[in-house]
Order: sequence, then structure tokens, then C-alpha cells
Amino acid sequence: METKNIMIVGVGGQGSLLASKLLGRLLLSRGYDIKVSEVHGMSQRGGSVVTYVRFGDKVYSPIIDKGEADFIVSFELLEAARWTEYLKPNGKIITNIQQINPMPVIIGAAEYPQDLIQKMQAANLDVDAFDALTLAEQAGSAKAVNIVLMGHLSKNFDFTLDEWLEAIAQSVPAKFLELNKKAFQLGRDA
Amino acid sequence: MKQLILGNEAVARGLYEGGCQFVSSYPGTPSTEITEAIAKYPEVYAEWAPNEKVAMESAFGASVAGRRSFCGMKHVGLNVAADPLFTISYTGVNAGMVIGVADDAGMHSSQNEQDSRHYARASKIPMLEPSDSAEALAFTKLAYELSEQFDTPVLLKMCTRVSHSQSVVELGERMEVTKEYQKDIPKYVMMPGNAKRRHPVVEERTRALVQYAETADINRIEAGSCNAIGFITSSTSYQYVKEVFGNQYPVLKLGMIWPMPEEKIRSFAASVEKLVVVEELDSFIEAHCRNLGLACEGKNLFSCIDELSQNKIADAMEVIKSSGTALDAQIPARPPVMCAGCPHRGLFYTLKKNKLTVIGDIGCYTLGAVAPLQAVDTVICMGASVSGTHGFNKSQNGASDNKTVAVIGDSTFMHSGITGLVNMAYNESNSTVIIVDNSITGMTGHQQNPTTGFNLKGDPCAKIDLETLCHAVGIRRVQVVDPYDLAQCDAVIKEELAANEPSVIISRRPCALLKYVKHKAPLQVDTEKCVGCKSCMKIGCPAISIIDGKAKVDSTQCVGCGVCEQLCKFGALTEV
Repeated sequence: METKNIMIVGVGGQGSLLASKLLGRLLLSRGYDIKVSEVHGMSQRGGSVVTYVRFGDKVYSPIIDKGEADFIVSFELLEAARWTEYLKPNGKIITNIQQINPMPVIIGAAEYPQDLIQKMQAANLDVDAFDALTLAEQAGSAKAVNIVLMGHLSKNFDFTLDEWLEAIAQSVPAKFLELNKKAFQLGRDA
Repeated sequence: MKQLILGNEAVARGLYEGGCQFVSSYPGTPSTEITEAIAKYPEVYAEWAPNEKVAMESAFGASVAGRRSFCGMKHVGLNVAADPLFTISYTGVNAGMVIGVADDAGMHSSQNEQDSRHYARASKIPMLEPSDSAEALAFTKLAYELSEQFDTPVLLKMCTRVSHSQSVVELGERMEVTKEYQKDIPKYVMMPGNAKRRHPVVEERTRALVQYAETADINRIEAGSCNAIGFITSSTSYQYVKEVFGNQYPVLKLGMIWPMPEEKIRSFAASVEKLVVVEELDSFIEAHCRNLGLACEGKNLFSCIDELSQNKIADAMEVIKSSGTALDAQIPARPPVMCAGCPHRGLFYTLKKNKLTVIGDIGCYTLGAVAPLQAVDTVICMGASVSGTHGFNKSQNGASDNKTVAVIGDSTFMHSGITGLVNMAYNESNSTVIIVDNSITGMTGHQQNPTTGFNLKGDPCAKIDLETLCHAVGIRRVQVVDPYDLAQCDAVIKEELAANEPSVIISRRPCALLKYVKHKAPLQVDTEKCVGCKSCMKIGCPAISIIDGKAKVDSTQCVGCGVCEQLCKFGALTEV
């Protein structure tokens, strides 16, 4: 099969590494060749972060380049807008509608752009925007946004619910398993 | 069993399987996880050293003692360890010794973009360069074999995209190797007479390694369906070439980047119409090809700046790819910032308020240079704040003494700030050093260091007392402040700058992200009292913004540090 590309983007500290870990476990159990490229170090301190997940029969490059992503999964609206150029024609953006002001906006040196969802739609991008934060809070923790997003992404793949849940069980501490299962289901149903 | 693991974790697995018994490293992105991962194997002794020079010398000691050893560091760390590097090339090893070095093309988390391959050639030490996790594991084990076979330390060169990418590996069993220590003065005592006899041994070793490179499996030729172009490449660049061209053109993939084969490259070049070298950063393979008298392309197509990618290769080779759609909107940048509750914030606010010149250093607190604080004047390398401040002040005959400070973290001070402080005391510099002691090595992701009282494995251990240390090197004036207390910070900084002798201020408060740090409730804004003066915005806290003319605190980020509360003249920011 042709290599599939998923970009997970967000703000450093939002939990994108857990999302990529979950995808990695799931895809490994299905026998794919996989590469996951992460960002560590300085960017994790509240900066814009991106994780690349690639899978298929044989994966070479660990990164996803412009025009290559089948999916962009975003923890934050501005970050979804930042990376649209990486989307393949016919690719899909799945984004949380939460807005987190970057420092240039906080100090008044720049403005948070308005109507980003409409702008993305006007550019003929396939955007699936929803309130993942509220669902995560419903599940019991704002930190579960990553699993809510994975639940929503799961609708686009033919992996079974059990396969996803097994991967979640392998990726989160046992005491948070029920919370994360709930978060996943809320994202999947949204 | 198949596992999906980081390149760095794969190196650790290779160390384990290869019978490594001793690891000493200093953390540095992107190399840190090698040592964190090896610490989980009880069969291997592993430690954080205070710096890379100490780590390399310790690993060398273990090798001489007859135990396979490893030291790991980032590219700039190899500069610190360059002194032992060039001479252990002469002595060679007893048990195998591997030196891991991780470059950071693209400078994701570094102050420069140096190409560490030059060190292999300059120090005449062989260097292996894996291109994914499976190779990282296999090459690490191979490095021990080569180290013992050729009596040399071996450099294992990683890069951000290999270190921090996960790919699939097959795990193997551990082998045990132990050798006896034997006294051998001509081999291990590098005074001139002995070193003169060792240098020809090194040159002979390089010739033998070139012969190895000619036939080694890790320098492999992959056939292509068309020989109009032949690529020579290595590391992550190999992956990009294969991503774009698959099996279209033949590829000579070098797993050993120093020394390089000669005949293998000549015959490969003769088998293709055009030779193209694809490598990140400097011309290294290309320069070697040119030295062999071969016509080739390389840096005329691919920049020596920044990392490569599949699109950069496709563009340079005029391969048409579909491109995406950039949004027609001004997207503000999102640079990294000090976290909410970061103890460095209050200190840098005070330095800025006093309009001080700040000679900075390497760590999270480098972010003190970012708007709105912009309180840092220079950042060069580990330890340069202390020695730089000495030179800045001494050269001006006292004119800058009362308005200049050095700022250095606890781990960085242990790494290479101490010698600078000795120099200040010894050469009587009237300078002030602020040690920002957040009780952890922060930027690289919370590693222990000699001031924390815990070792790499998390066990309690000896704790270096900073106050006593500063006194011992000759600094009489040492004061401790809490950076959450702005009035105290301000008073002590003024007092020490006014003093007519060198001084140290320890700004002490643990990193707000440490698990044991208890957070207070988020602050609340009394919108009746808030006049929207933006005083609280001066500290650049990501948890505070002004919405509709009033301050707003993001309760998911605020940890209740109370620094903003001290800036509000109207009492609008309050604890619950």
C-alpha cells in the first residue's frame, strides 16, 4: 500500500507525544512498517510542535513534507492553519477549536487571525473542527484532548474499536485507562 | 520481538546487547534519551557526568580497565570533550569504547549547526552513521567489534531525525565481554616519546580501516533501474533519497562515514553517468570524492544550511511533486516561552527593570532573551556567562561592574561555570554571578545533576552545596533569593552589584514542571479593580492575556506563583 501520513500538531506540552505513541502501538500490532518523528528540547516549552506518523509497506523518510499529509490532527486552531500547506490534495484536517494565544499575540505584537475555519474552507480544505476540550473535560480531564482527537481520527480508518482500545491500554497508566476510554469514545462519536 | 523505538533508545539497546558495562554522559538534545534508556538496564552502570569531558575520560578509564564503555553527548558537547578525544585516538582502547554524538541540523534545540563528521577525520577516529533505529542498534554493536578489532574508540554519529524518530527494530540477546587490565606504559602514557611512537600506529590503523570500508556490508550499493544518476549518501539523507527515487537509481549508502572507501567509490562512480552526493550540512563525502579526482554534484544542489527533506531533494533534482495550499492569513509565530510559574521569570523581570547587561548561558533561561523580557545580551556556550562577564567587566576597568551580571543555571554551572568563577576570584574581578538554581537540568527534560542530590537512576546521592562551593573558590559574598519574591530579588541584586568585590547570588526555586512541586490555586482577576494597565503583561507569562481591556488568567496554565500579583498596583490579581 502507499504510505499514509498523519501529522499531529499543537502547542508544546499539550500531549502530542502520547497521541503518536498510541498510533505507533496500533500500527505496529497491524504489522505495518512505521516511522514516527518527534520534537524534543526547546520547542516543547510552549512552542509550535509537530509529530509525524507514517505507515505502509516500507517507509523511508521519517518526516512529512509539504503536500504529503493525509491527515493533519491539530490540538489548537491556529496550529491547524499554520500547517495547511503540508496537506495532500484531498487530505483532511481534524482540529480542536480551542484557541491558545502565542506570545506575540499576548504582548500585542500580532493578532490571532479571525475566522480561521471559514478561511480554510474557502481555500477548499476539508476541515473537521470540533470542541475536543469540552469532550475531554466531560471524560474527566482537560489533558485527555489527545485521546479525544484520536477517537475522532479513528472514524477515518477501518481498524476495529478493540484494536484502538488495546493500543490505548498499552499507552496510558492503568489508573487513567477508563477516563481515556471514555475520552476516546466521546471523540469517536463526535 | 519487533518494537517501535526511538533511534536513541535503539542505541541504548545496542549498548545493552553489545555488552556495554559502563556509561557516562552529559544530557544534550538530541542525544539525551540514549543515556536515559540505558539507565533502565540493571546490567549496565550508567551515570550523568558534570560535563562531556569528564564523561569521555570516565568512559576511557572503563575501557582501559577492560569494560566496554560508552559516553553520549550532543554535537557541541563533543567540543568540550575534544581534548581527550584527540589523544585517546593515539592510545586506543582495551575493551571497546563507543562515543555517541548527536548533531542538530536545523538547530531544533541548539546554538549552532556544526557538522561533527569533521571530528572523525581530525581525530582519526572511525565514525559510523546509522539512518534509522534498526541501524542504530546494529551499528552500536558493530562499533564495539570494530573498536576492539582496530584498537580505537569509535564515534557513533546520530542526528535529530535519527535520534528522535521511532522505527521498527528486532531485539536480540546481550553478550558479555570482559577483558583484563594490563599495564602498558608505551600505549597509555601519552608523553612525547610515547606519543611519537603511537602516531604512526594511528596512521596505519586508518589505512587498515580504509580496507575494511572497501568491503564492509554497511557501505552497500543498492541497485537501480537506470544508471543516469548514482547517489552517494548516508544517515537521514539516504532516507530522503529513497523516499523520492525508490529503486530508480543506484545508491551507494555509506554506514561508515570515516574513513571512507576509495575503490568502492571509484567503481561506483564509473558505473553511473552522473555522481550526486546527498548529505546534510557540510561537504564531507563530496570533498572526499573530489579528493579522489571524481566529478560530482552535491553542495551546488543541496544547501549546507538547515536539514534536508524529501521535497528539498525533489526540488533540486527537478522532480515534480504536488504541493499543498498555504492559507491566505497572517499566522503569528509561536516561539517557545518560559512556562507559567517558571522561577526564572521573576528574576529576569528584575534584571530588566534594573536595566542590567546580562551575559547569559545555555538552558531554559536562555528564553529570558525573548520578548517581552528581552533581558539577555549574549549567549554563546555552556559556562560562557561567568567567564564572559569577567572579561566584559575587567576590560572596562570597573565602568560596567555595577550594571552587569552573569546568569547561569545550576547544571550549567556544574558543567563549566566553576572554572570561570575561580578565574573571577583569582584575578579579582568585581563581578556578580547569578546562579539560577531550579534544582534540575531543565531544558533537556529534567535530568539530575550534582546539585540535586539524586543520580541518573533516581537514587539519593551526594549533593554538591553551591554556597559552600562558591565560598571555597574564594567568593566571600554569597546570597540566596527566592525569584518569586520580586522585592527581595531587587534588593539583593542592587546590594551585590554595589559591593566592591566578586559575589554570587543563588536564585533558588525548583522548576514548576517538577512532579514534586506543589502548585497553588490559579489566581483570579477582580474585574472591578482591573484597569487594564497591562503591568502584569510585562513578565511575558503565557497564562495572562488582556481580553476586552481586562486581564484574564488562564486557569489551566496558572500555577499560582504570584509574581504577577506583585506587579498589580490595584490589587486586581488575587489568590483564591
